[in-house]
Amino acid sequence: MDNNESEFEPKIVAFVCNWCTYAGADLTGTSRIKYATNVKIVRFPCTGRIDFMLLLKAFANGADGIIVSGCHPNDCHYTSGNFHARRRWIAFRHLLEIIGVDVRRIRFSWVSAAEGAKWGDLVNETVANIRELGPYTEYTKVAQYVEKEDNNE
Amino acid sequence: MNKLEEKAVSLLQSGVKLILGYEKGDKGARPFFCHTPEDASKLIYDEHATTNLATYILKPELMGHDKVAVCATLRTLRAIAQLASENQIKEENLIVFTITEEGNGDVKEFSGIDEINSYLTDKELEVAQLYKELDEKLSGMSREEKWSFWVNEFSRCIKCYACRAACPLCYCTRCITDVNRPQWIDPWPSPMGNMEWQINRVMHMVGRCIGCGACTKACPVGIPIGYLSRKMLNDLSEEFGYIPGQAMKDGNSLSTFKPEDKENFIH
Repeated sequence: MDNNESEFEPKIVAFVCNWCTYAGADLTGTSRIKYATNVKIVRFPCTGRIDFMLLLKAFANGADGIIVSGCHPNDCHYTSGNFHARRRWIAFRHLLEIIGVDVRRIRFSWVSAAEGAKWGDLVNETVANIRELGPYTEYTKVAQYVEKEDNNE
Repeated sequence: MNKLEEKAVSLLQSGVKLILGYEKGDKGARPFFCHTPEDASKLIYDEHATTNLATYILKPELMGHDKVAVCATLRTLRAIAQLASENQIKEENLIVFTITEEGNGDVKEFSGIDEINSYLTDKELEVAQLYKELDEKLSGMSREEKWSFWVNEFSRCIKCYACRAACPLCYCTRCITDVNRPQWIDPWPSPMGNMEWQINRVMHMVGRCIGCGACTKACPVGIPIGYLSRKMLNDLSEEFGYIPGQAMKDGNSLSTFKPEDKENFIH
């Protein structure tokens, strides 16, 4: 990344559930499917546990894109965690649209433990997508406002 | 003696220890705690009575073991209905009455929460003029413009938490902004902390906000914060199956779900 400044390497954070997508991502590896290395996976017990604040914090700390993924509907290990999460995402996405956060940078998906190939594709697509959108400086600029002011003094 | 005063006196004589109402203030009506029949003459009720008294009925220091009566406006009634649906109200200690809209000052006492709910069914929740104007302004903006508009608006926030105090539905015993392990939200005014605080506030209000506008009115720097939760309330009503201004019967939007919720954004 540092030796070739002309090319932008997106930083992607993936919030995934333990039971489906994390296992799916494991399968991608054991199936020897190659995919982009830009993604950092954070494992959660369930999509229902993925607080929207975590997404905001990821953006504030320099993530250019976010993947949120878990079990398909009706496949949740805890029966209804993903249903609750889906509702929260509907509301959250709508709020972000009103405020003007770039929702194109958040990719929601269902990836089951058997869909290793889908995970690889998902990451590749997201990276390509974010590469086109460029770095998300708009958000980090606001987040780092205080630090910058301190430096100026 | 007007009908409101008559009602207050009769309530106080029948064992009610406190009436939450309004008295004349410098800038219109202000909240008033009426403890004795002598004070009842100070009670007023007019279109300036905008403070949502439902915030007080959540205070344990007011709602002890004694009976409390509330002189409720339409906004207060909506808040009480919503709070009751969230099991936040001790119904046996609360008497709710309102002044009917017909204009002759008739007092209507509610027998219980069910009657309040049915009273609210034909009362449409209006959108304030300020929000309508803002809606028009924002609808013409690009995403980047919206972002800078809100960043700019929130940058004026002084984190006084008046919005939290004024909101009748903000009742967490420990607010997320006071949580410091980890420190989710900067408690001091900072552009991102202000933004995150408001996002949290709105997310906690999804399907619960009763659109009373108390937060906007309370904001000392005049940020139209109520717009966000008000807009969410209208926009998501169809999706989540509720009617703005009325309490949901089977749990709040985010504490329940439908298997057929929309999926068009999940790939």
